[in-house]
Amino acid sequence: MSEKVRILIAKPGLDGHDRGAKYIARALKDEGYEVIYTGLRQTPDSIVATAIQEDVQFIGLSLLSGAHKELFPKIVDKLKEQEASDIHVFGGGVIPDRDIPFLLEHGVEAVFTPGTPISDVVKFIESVK
Amino acid sequence: MELVDRVLKGEIRAVAKAITLVENGHPDKEKFIDSIYSKCGNAVVWGVTGPPGAGKSTLVDKLIDQERSKGKKVAVIAVDPSSPFSGGAVLGDRLRMQSHATDPNVFIRSMASRGHLGGVAGNTTDAVRVLDAAGYDLIIIESIGVGQTEIEIIEVADIVLLVLVPGMGDEIQALKAGVMEIGDIYILNKKDHDGIEKLEAEVNYMLSLKGYDELKNPVVLTSAVENIGIVELTHTIEDYYSRLKTSNRLTHKRKKRVREEIQHLLISKIMTVINKNLETEKNIDHWAEKLISGEISPYSFFNQKIKNFLEESSENADTN
Ligand SMILES: Nc1nc2c(ncn2[C@@H]2O[C@H](COP(=O)(O)OP(=O)(O)OP(=O)(O)O)[C@@H](O)[C@H]2O)c(=O)[nH]1
Ligand SMILES: [Mg+2]
Repeated sequence: MSEKVRILIAKPGLDGHDRGAKYIARALKDEGYEVIYTGLRQTPDSIVATAIQEDVQFIGLSLLSGAHKELFPKIVDKLKEQEASDIHVFGGGVIPDRDIPFLLEHGVEAVFTPGTPISDVVKFIESVK
Repeated sequence: MELVDRVLKGEIRAVAKAITLVENGHPDKEKFIDSIYSKCGNAVVWGVTGPPGAGKSTLVDKLIDQERSKGKKVAVIAVDPSSPFSGGAVLGDRLRMQSHATDPNVFIRSMASRGHLGGVAGNTTDAVRVLDAAGYDLIIIESIGVGQTEIEIIEVADIVLLVLVPGMGDEIQALKAGVMEIGDIYILNKKDHDGIEKLEAEVNYMLSLKGYDELKNPVVLTSAVENIGIVELTHTIEDYYSRLKTSNRLTHKRKKRVREEIQHLLISKIMTVINKNLETEKNIDHWAEKLISGEISPYSFFNQKIKNFLEESSENADTN
């Protein structure tokens, strides 16, 4: 039997480039994870549907546009609606420090701001998987 | 098993969990597959293969549009390679199919090859069974199709769609011995690119060398991004499929596949038993050393091992 941690890296919102998301997808692959990457401008509904079909343990949300306070909790809620709260949500991108407590209160389990070493992300994944 | 009932009802979360079970080779896998097996056999399976970047995922996206408009439930399994170094993978095929993400009658699953050679994942056949039992009418598998060995798609698909593009140059030569031979339908994609006539001529020439066949392999030109040629393609597939059926080829193909599967299954079962009995993992280094030093010779040593194993087993059978 061979289990693998599967992670969905998704970009909600309207911002137009995904260099950061692609970078994290590749970095997690190099750490031995299976990463599903779905591209730009995903809606909360498509992210949740994708996470369920792909049976991932984690959703990593990447956002630069500033809509994280609205979109991240929405995704957490939709997971709950679908009885899929066992899927862990973490976030990254341009997120001001002052917003982090709000996100953590709303079901996002970890937030990684630019420059976070990948080893921190791995530590998080390994601690909750 | 509760999971069985939920899969048979087509519950999406259950289907996804069942594929994970199969993919991981979970201890419950065999029991699970046996419990759904009688409900399998209704889905049609298309395999889409071809070199990297040929437009396979884009085509699959457009094919889903067509089949959904006919009211079919469609599932996709998209296989990408695992890194031989880290064992990880970036699975990016479904990026091109995300317009279907929230359609409850479309199920898309990415699978990493996990070291399995052959262009598909090791447990693809069982993953197809899960989707089949869950009520999907059409299952499309996107496989890795680079060269001579990535041809296992023929062991899972009823019809293989081989996607080629202009400008492959010598690559087409490299494909000839392997992937090039397994296509049922040849899709020449990116017809908006230069060199499409040359590619068409090459493919037609290659097919002409195959000799007479009443099920002549169709060649279809498409431009997947522009959605050109897709309706014609689905007609061609339907037509080919019905000819496969009426000529009894489909039955023949499926039987051949099952025979292959039986062979694989027996080999892996026997391997497991033998390896356990001989404690191969523990002993293999030791045996290697003895072989290298010439202390033992390969055939007599292992023939004796097998003989001992068989005698032991029959003794056990007698005492039971
Ligand atoms: N010009 C043109 N580009 C196309 C066409 N079909 C696909 N593409 C582009 O080709 C690139 C690769 O397309 P994919 O659908 O990802 O190809 P693929 O064969 O699935 O690629 P892998 O899964 O990575 O092997 C994308 O940028 C597509 O937009 C076409 O008909 N014409
Ligand atoms: Mg692809």
